[in-house]
Amino acid sequence: MTRTVTINLRFFAAIREALGTGSESCVTSATDVAGLRDMLIARGAPYADALARGKLVRIAVDQHLCEEPTPLRDGAEVAFFPPVTGG
Amino acid sequence: MPALRVSIQTPDFNLADEVAVLRHGDKRVGAVCSFVGTVRDRNDGADVATLELEHYPGMTEKAIEAMLDQAHQRFDILASRVIHRVGLLRPLDQIVLVAVTSAHRGESFQACEFIMDYLKTQAPFWKKEQTPEGARWVDARVADDAALQRWGIASSNC
Repeated sequence: MTRTVTINLRFFAAIREALGTGSESCVTSATDVAGLRDMLIARGAPYADALARGKLVRIAVDQHLCEEPTPLRDGAEVAFFPPVTGG
Repeated sequence: MPALRVSIQTPDFNLADEVAVLRHGDKRVGAVCSFVGTVRDRNDGADVATLELEHYPGMTEKAIEAMLDQAHQRFDILASRVIHRVGLLRPLDQIVLVAVTSAHRGESFQACEFIMDYLKTQAPFWKKEQTPEGARWVDARVADDAALQRWGIASSNC
């Protein structure tokens, strides 16, 4: 049986608007953030466009900025958002 | 009770009040440096009527606290304070405050700039402008990544 984890997804700004939601829960067999992003892209529109490879998307796992090779743990919060523009 | 260093809030702040609190009773302080960011009425070739600030509750505070920890490690500073507003703002409104104290001015000047450069590329906020052509999300600037890199910190916000 494939190992799966439950991930709490968060989306912000233009990505949140494109997807029509700021948060959702998903179950995935992906083992890292790259795999999770692939899984979301595979859902098709609007995820495929909002999170497309080549688009500038930043990632945080459990509220820490990270890169795509980051492993996923069960219950993790994974956020996808555009480049930040505070200050 | 440890001082409150980071506030994310909708209400406005008063610079003089914040500086007074920051250096209150600390006779080691010889220098106070502060930066205030404000809303302009023009950006990227368009008039801006309003600016809406979105943020990532929880992560924003933690991220800025970590930046202040780094500033205290790098520079000989005594105390620091960041206030960043969120919600709907207008031209002339204050957006952000960074204030730092130290014995001598060099450390405060540098730490203040360091914290702002860091915040611009790593703190999870997003700005949305209302222009005559409609609403648009503000683009991140390559110059801000370059500013953080000058401190020796890798930055790839955009």
